[in-house]
Amino acid sequence: MSTDDSVPTREVAHRVFAGEFNDASYTFKESDDDRAPVYLLLPSGAKANRVFFVGTLTETDDVGNDNEYWQGRIVDPTGTFFVYAGQYQPEAASMLRELEPPAYVAVVGKPRTYETDDGDVAVSVRPESITTVDAATRDRWVSETAERTLDRIDGFDEETNEYARMASEQYGDDLSTHKETVISALESLDGDGDSSDESADEVPDEFVDDSGQADPPVDGSPDA
Amino acid sequence: MTELQTHAAEIAEQFSDHIDVSTDEIEARLEQLVTEYKVPVSEAKRSVTNSYLDEADLDRDELGRGGADAVLVDEIDQDEQWVDVTVKVVDLWEPRSDSISQVGLVGDESGRIKFVAFETSELDELEEGASYKLGNVVTDEYQGDYSIKLNRTTTITELDEEIEVGDNSTTVEGALVDVQSGSGLIKRCPEEGCTRVLQNGRCSEHGEVDGEFDLRIKAVIDDGHEVHDVIFNREATEELTGIELEGAKQQAKDALDTTVVADGIRTDIVGRYYRVTGPTLGRYVLANEFESLDRPAETDSLLSRARSLS
Repeated sequence: MSTDDSVPTREVAHRVFAGEFNDASYTFKESDDDRAPVYLLLPSGAKANRVFFVGTLTETDDVGNDNEYWQGRIVDPTGTFFVYAGQYQPEAASMLRELEPPAYVAVVGKPRTYETDDGDVAVSVRPESITTVDAATRDRWVSETAERTLDRIDGFDEETNEYARMASEQYGDDLSTHKETVISALESLDGDGDSSDESADEVPDEFVDDSGQADPPVDGSPDA
Repeated sequence: MTELQTHAAEIAEQFSDHIDVSTDEIEARLEQLVTEYKVPVSEAKRSVTNSYLDEADLDRDELGRGGADAVLVDEIDQDEQWVDVTVKVVDLWEPRSDSISQVGLVGDESGRIKFVAFETSELDELEEGASYKLGNVVTDEYQGDYSIKLNRTTTITELDEEIEVGDNSTTVEGALVDVQSGSGLIKRCPEEGCTRVLQNGRCSEHGEVDGEFDLRIKAVIDDGHEVHDVIFNREATEELTGIELEGAKQQAKDALDTTVVADGIRTDIVGRYYRVTGPTLGRYVLANEFESLDRPAETDSLLSRARSLS
């Protein structure tokens, strides 16, 4: 296999909190080519063909009929990412099959949208990789994602940023909820900051009930 | 001169173009804070400087330093120092924010350093490849990495001479988001000076050969803005993963499959954060040095940044 200069530019993995990610619904392409990348428009004004996030895997479920099709719920301080992996993502699917929640995981993947039974557009992630990580990595992701989100909010200018203009048309230009999301995510980091220093591989208590079972703090369907 | 006299003289010099204030008066104010109120010297300097800034109705970045020290970029090891540098613009990056007019790397014989120029400073633009004397820039520190900030008082003098930039290494950091094919236990062509990686036992130059085993990782580091291809050679791979060439050969032998090595590496490193430094070769950064990154302690400043957004 040739690995040299002809390789097309790789899409950046955007950092976005579940709270903002799940508010996105609009996808678009920038060329008519069938194989052109599909972008999810983020409400803070950026296009994302790939995302990277770290959170707590709280639940896995084989929701397939004939073939295995694994759903994972991955919780960050602001909400829940839904990931789905089937036969075309064998490594991610086997991770979801084998992992025992709760566990910190890092996910690289592609945003996907689908229509729910009641006609809403919901967004999920098709994972390219799922790996287990430690609490320090999770904390670093939270602060990094806070910074990237603030960068996007800072750059949200409909005059100069076409994705801000698109986001404003699709979702409105009030970014106060996303700003609040950033603040609450950072505050949560202060609260459980000890976890990175002392018990690197443990999951905070709030995700585990007395029986040791996963207890997802966010309830409801992916379109919530 | 006593320590306080030195500090007082420094402050007096900074304000010499702006207001009429004597070294004695400054020294008396420092003396009062330090001796009477037991304020640390650095805080006393800061407080006195700020009060004169108010008096002169100046912003901190308008304040010249009587004569900033000329330094090599590699000597910069303190935050908020006013310095002069003589550098070549090595690289210009895409600014991440509208408030930034230019951002990139400048370098001199001692190495490279990041620079930032802000829109509000209304400075002339620097050109990639050109050399400049930058007078009165301020040093900045973030997680142990230093950068320089240009400001309204910065003087930019283009130079005719070509500055040789030392140590062409670059540093990238971010999440390691992919381990690409051609990683793990590989075979290289044994022909003299070839070292091409074999595909299915074949060298693209020398055909079917009896290859020699090697270890390497081709990885992608992504900071959410940019992606960088990074190569870990055998030594770096062994250090990063703890897997040695002999152990990797044994793993492959046991599994009757060389790909188990890359799979194991992937599980260990994908999704974690690294900072990697080394020379660039084409689009690759060769990982001469690397470190695993823990959470930054910077959440307080991020919180205040978030809260200050309107």
